[in-house]
Amino acid sequence: MTKKITLKINGAEHTMEVEPRMLLVHAIRENASLTGTHIGCDTSSCGACTILIDGKSAKSCTILAVQAQGKEIATVEGLATAEGLHPIQEGFHLNHALHCGFCTPGMMMRAIELLEKNPNPTEEEIRWGISGNLCRCTGYNNIVTAIQWTSAKMQGKELPSTEPKFV
Amino acid sequence: MIKCKTSKAIGGMGHSKKRKEDARFIQGKGNYVDDVKLPGMLYMDIVRSPYAYAKIKNIDATAALAIPGVVAVVTGKDLEKYGLHWMPTLMSDTQMVLPTDTVMYQAQEVAAVIATSRYLARDGKEAVMVDYEPMDPVMDPFKALDEDAPVLRSDQEGKTDNHIWHWEVGDKEKTADVFNNADVVVKQQMHIPRIHVASIETCGCVASYDKVDNHLTMYMTTQAPHAIRTVIALVAGHVGLTEEKIRVISPDIGGGFGGKVPVYPGYVIAIAVSFLTGAPIKWIEDRSENLQADSFARDYHITAEMAGTKDGKIQATRFKVLADHGYTDASANPSKFPTGLFSIGTGSYDYGAAYMEADAVYTNKPPGGVAYRCSFRVTEAVHAIERMTDMFAKKVGKDPAQLRMENFIKKEDFPWASPTGWSYDSGDYHAGLQKAMDAIGYHDLRKEQIEMRAQGKFLGIGISTFTEVVGAGPSQDFDILGIKMFDSAEIRVHPTGKAIARFGTKSQGQGHETTYAQIIAEELGIPMEHIQIEEGDTDTAPYGLGTYASRSTPTAGAAAAMAARKLRDKAKKIAAHLLEVSEQDLEWEPGKFFVKGAPEKAKTIQEIVFAAYTNHPEGMEGGFEATHYYDPPNLTFPSGAYICVVEVDAETCDIKVRRFVAIDDCGNIINPMIVQGQVHGGLTQGIAPAMYEELIYDKAGNILNGTFMDYLVPTAVESPSWETGHTVTPAPHHPIGAKGVGESPTVGAPPAIVNAIVDAVAHLGIKHLEIPVTPFKLFKELQKVGYFKKAT
Repeated sequence: MTKKITLKINGAEHTMEVEPRMLLVHAIRENASLTGTHIGCDTSSCGACTILIDGKSAKSCTILAVQAQGKEIATVEGLATAEGLHPIQEGFHLNHALHCGFCTPGMMMRAIELLEKNPNPTEEEIRWGISGNLCRCTGYNNIVTAIQWTSAKMQGKELPSTEPKFV
Repeated sequence: MIKCKTSKAIGGMGHSKKRKEDARFIQGKGNYVDDVKLPGMLYMDIVRSPYAYAKIKNIDATAALAIPGVVAVVTGKDLEKYGLHWMPTLMSDTQMVLPTDTVMYQAQEVAAVIATSRYLARDGKEAVMVDYEPMDPVMDPFKALDEDAPVLRSDQEGKTDNHIWHWEVGDKEKTADVFNNADVVVKQQMHIPRIHVASIETCGCVASYDKVDNHLTMYMTTQAPHAIRTVIALVAGHVGLTEEKIRVISPDIGGGFGGKVPVYPGYVIAIAVSFLTGAPIKWIEDRSENLQADSFARDYHITAEMAGTKDGKIQATRFKVLADHGYTDASANPSKFPTGLFSIGTGSYDYGAAYMEADAVYTNKPPGGVAYRCSFRVTEAVHAIERMTDMFAKKVGKDPAQLRMENFIKKEDFPWASPTGWSYDSGDYHAGLQKAMDAIGYHDLRKEQIEMRAQGKFLGIGISTFTEVVGAGPSQDFDILGIKMFDSAEIRVHPTGKAIARFGTKSQGQGHETTYAQIIAEELGIPMEHIQIEEGDTDTAPYGLGTYASRSTPTAGAAAAMAARKLRDKAKKIAAHLLEVSEQDLEWEPGKFFVKGAPEKAKTIQEIVFAAYTNHPEGMEGGFEATHYYDPPNLTFPSGAYICVVEVDAETCDIKVRRFVAIDDCGNIINPMIVQGQVHGGLTQGIAPAMYEELIYDKAGNILNGTFMDYLVPTAVESPSWETGHTVTPAPHHPIGAKGVGESPTVGAPPAIVNAIVDAVAHLGIKHLEIPVTPFKLFKELQKVGYFKKAT
């Protein structure tokens, strides 16, 4: 038994026939063909599937597609605009905050909400703020740095150097 | 500061160029295996055993097949008809693809369900009814060798026990002699626990067999696409799938760390089903399957001993290992090295007597023995030598930094012949440790430690000064299933001076699209932005053995430099022709040849390349392409000096890493930003086994933490803010003097952390702590030495 639903993702409407049990992440990836949102676990622990629903970060493996009707869904594919990259994308690139790239979309979507609520987070607030998103490659140092850089960028402050610092 | 020979515009070695691969990843345009969608594709899910050891009495697929959309259920008996129910492992053992009668570990593949959607495949899996007759599993590797232990591998003719192999290296008698006459001997039993790489992308594939062309395209999560193509041809050649008809595509890989080297049953079943149905088959395992069934790492039980003089000179070491390989030896090691490169375990110290032996056993645990971001068992070896060095320092009453300084191999003594047969290429261990000590303020910390102890607070300082061995490897010793472990690069420069280069390796996040371009830019002077790098497609890339064991830069990186040098030689001939001078009159600076003494008479590399297509000298082959297969003359020996500072809560036993300084020496640095990124990541994968991760099984063979809810991958909160730096001691035999770095921190960090925690509580009588050192484990150890009795 399927149900016809319409999901609004990055401003565009996607109408699809889904089983009521289908997870939102599968609807996004397979029915809407937006494969930038990833799946890294089956216990809602890793955060690779993090998206924004009405501006709030959410793990799209914890929500059914049918529950997301009528909501504004934002995924990584919607971040860049005709004017260029979103500051968080720039921040991740310039500060080498990604290696394999698998956790990156979820990590950036989470960071966007974090900075929305707390434009000037401390390092500790950033670390706790992204603790629902696992990264196996980077050791998190540069993700923290990237979020700090993005915070400066979004507020029009002087931008920190993006050269690596060594002891 | 790293000195650069090229301008920033060319972007050769030493420039912190931003990564070329980032653009697609930050915009959600990566192409990972689960993003591959083919017309008519079916989905596969796998029924797995709830028991660690059981007879299969019956598999009833009736209910599953009755579900609309379920297309087929495949069992071992089905594969047996085609001789595909067993496969070889990389260590020349054998592994079931699907069982015909017995399951050997919990979560083992039992049957595969094929359906028209992911969800229906899962429904089918739930509906397959399997009757098992459970048996008592062998879970303790020590008991596996008991005379009354059941012989697990009854499939092996004449097998009478669970012993797999015995290995040894070094001089047993000489070492025993030194131990018998030594002033001081320290001895410790330690377990390097079973852990899991847990890359954030799990494993999977899309197998697409075209019946008309008899051609298989295999999209899969593999770190070694060419080797896998050969393995598929060897396993499936008898059904007509030969190597020229197999294309393995390794698209973007979401982390590997060694876990994507082996061939898992799921891949083989997907190929078999696609071969039989003609439909593309997608198999993507979920996280729990990944943790519970895919290759583990480590699981070495080590008895380590060190002998030395009473004034602190190390004289000998002796390690005895019991390796728990699970149900089959499916390690990913070079074929002649059953314990990988464990024999690096004499470390960074100058002494002449060592003996190591290992025995491997079968148990009812999942098979494996992969790296976890380490060069073939180096982590186990480094943990043993670095723990023993600290214990020895404690026993002779010397500061562990001072004792290391006094025992290091000296800079001028390289190349250095180790007592276990290695020829260390280069190093400057004193400089590395001194730099780390200066950066962290070592002597002030020792004073602070005393002050804090007086207040009942525990501060610990731990050191690890390790030597890695990477870049496998020289073809006289290193092969996988007979295939020599060289690697390759092919460079094609187009008429307008822009290039594409292809490699036999495969990045899983290491940044090859940037660093390989920088190596070629260094050698040819073509801006790195103009050099496109491709890997991971066996139809287009030259043959190579893939990316693991920090081998890409030492092997394929060298191949890139050598191929580029062939092109530079050709460029010189063309430049001489264009400038109407002899080759001897020309000099090179990055990007152009000019006439000695007349720098205005010059030809840029772009002009030269254009001439190679439009106006090449008579008698010269046209075009501008080169290929090189690089067979390294030696391995490379990166090193590091790490210092960790921990604070231990005297009441809760909570452990906090206050600071961690890592000084790495990976030889010449291609891209400092990427090297630093690799070190950061490796350090977090070092704290993981030191304090958090371990796959735990109960006596009945059940895994107790087989999901991300309870297998503790560090988050940004557990991971400290790392401080890193470097010394540079080039590899003398390597074309660009580089050594490889991606794994050093994972290898070097755990003993630094454990040494720090032990140091924090050493005055209470703690001599050793087993990893992962959790607060509860520390609490129990402190209870044993009576600390809490005193406190209450």
